[in-house]
Amino acid sequence: MSIVVTGKVWKFGDNITTDYMAPSFSQYSDWEEAKKTILHIHPQFPAGHRPGDVIVGGSNFGCGSSRETAPVNLKKLGIGCVVAESFGRIFFRNSITIAFPVLACPGVSAMFEEGDRLELDFDRSLVRNLTRGTERRGNPLPPQLIQIVQSGGLLALLKAEGQAAAR
Amino acid sequence: MGMTMAEKILARASGRERVTPGEYVIARVDKIMGHDNSFLHAYEILQANGFTRVADPDRIVVVIDHRVPALNVKAADGHRKMRAWVKQLGIKSFYDVGMGICHTLMPEQGHALPGTLVVGGDSHTTTYGALGCASTGLGYSEIAYSMYKGENWFQVPETIRFEMKGRLGRGVTSKDLMLHIAGTFKAEVAQYKAVEFGGPVARDLSLSDRITMSNMGVEIGAKFAFFEADEKTLAYLRGRTDRPVRTFGPDPDARYLAVHEFDASALEPQVACPHFVDNVKPISAVGDVPVQQAFIGSCTNARVEDLQRAAAILKGRRVHSGTRLLLIPASQEVLAESVRNGVIQTFVEAGALISPPGCGPCGGGSTGILAPGETCISSTNRNFKGRMGSPESQLYLGSPETVAASAIAGRITDPRKYMA
Repeated sequence: MSIVVTGKVWKFGDNITTDYMAPSFSQYSDWEEAKKTILHIHPQFPAGHRPGDVIVGGSNFGCGSSRETAPVNLKKLGIGCVVAESFGRIFFRNSITIAFPVLACPGVSAMFEEGDRLELDFDRSLVRNLTRGTERRGNPLPPQLIQIVQSGGLLALLKAEGQAAAR
Repeated sequence: MGMTMAEKILARASGRERVTPGEYVIARVDKIMGHDNSFLHAYEILQANGFTRVADPDRIVVVIDHRVPALNVKAADGHRKMRAWVKQLGIKSFYDVGMGICHTLMPEQGHALPGTLVVGGDSHTTTYGALGCASTGLGYSEIAYSMYKGENWFQVPETIRFEMKGRLGRGVTSKDLMLHIAGTFKAEVAQYKAVEFGGPVARDLSLSDRITMSNMGVEIGAKFAFFEADEKTLAYLRGRTDRPVRTFGPDPDARYLAVHEFDASALEPQVACPHFVDNVKPISAVGDVPVQQAFIGSCTNARVEDLQRAAAILKGRRVHSGTRLLLIPASQEVLAESVRNGVIQTFVEAGALISPPGCGPCGGGSTGILAPGETCISSTNRNFKGRMGSPESQLYLGSPETVAASAIAGRITDPRKYMA
């Protein structure tokens, strides 16, 4: 089954760290408070985003700490996917691991204005600007990584393997 | 054609004759490290999915270092659970509150060895590359997976090499060298890649100074950040492991994606300015920056030599009245040695605050947090907006010498001013 995500675009620049997605200064706040600090680096995002929105990032998106709460928080906000010029490697792995669609696509920043509608065809590494009628292919993922996302994440895949072996 | 250090290790760990960059392999991991963020969540998530055993408890190392001593009930309860699970799983390599920072303990306690493959639930796991170990960070779900399977998937990275020529000048350290690399080549130069640090400067550096650079390898995107394991590495490991260890390096005809060569002789102390690690200036260009906090600590720069060099600057001087100097030794071993050699006394007499070994405020997880509008100069590895507290605070990074000099002057200061 192919994973296709569409949504309204929020744009971010280069070097967006995982500290900005899971800030330590809000680690002891409850979720309602903590979620207001997610991606505080963008002046309008914390109050303006809605479930189903998507993110277009610059280069090195998700650099820094290994905190898995970074993609987990984006997923909890209802963000559908992140398409960026390039990613920090741990954020990228963590996203695949928790079945959060991400695509590295050089040239994607110039392809979108904030508020445009994006469509990501995850399995085909294809991103479309539905507002402007343009499309671009990102860096393809190997089938085993696509399978992790399709299975609902690495732990879900492990669980399914265990159940299959026990049968 | 020969192989790089990353290729050699991934080939061995995946049972292959050779591997090439770009391909995916399943590799057996030699050690898995988790701390009070990662191990806690990793075992929680294993249990939540119905798994209660691990592949091999002897390959797991657990450290409580991020919120130490427990600073609230939530942290305390996490620590309590970890102690119970470590016992239940039969994990012998467990370092409780106050023993030190995971990335200091892994080399100190002989868990990170040349030629081995290590994963850790922390981005600064690249640190052990200083000993010729292929080590890299993962999120907690992947630590869970690695603990259960004893293996994980890896893409074989391309390798880039930094050939560092010349000799570091007086008051210039490997921290300055690493900040210079980040500033010059930028934060993405090693994205998805392995790095090898080589050349005469790399050979001259002590193990402690190599650790600083490998630790910050992740700040330029690196998956692994190697130095060759040489006689110095073997001397360091003597008495720390009973495993046989050998020197380890790349093949002479290994293939590199790029080789960046530069002369380090003319370098002056460097400072990373807000709010990113590659926003680096030579100290003479930083301008007048008053600081309310100066922090010497973290897995980057709080080992015995770091503290000695900072103490040489503090000796017979007092911390500025408008500034607080916070010292957090990286481990119990560092603290014990720094008591024996008189360094702790120098810090106390200079007016420093000393906290027990652990991560401290580096990741904003423990005490030493910054208020809105405050500025800190720190020997740590990251200066992201809000990392050490308020998003309205300012964070600068430098060597322990630069931090000590700045604490005395109350503003960011060239440490050479206080050197005889």
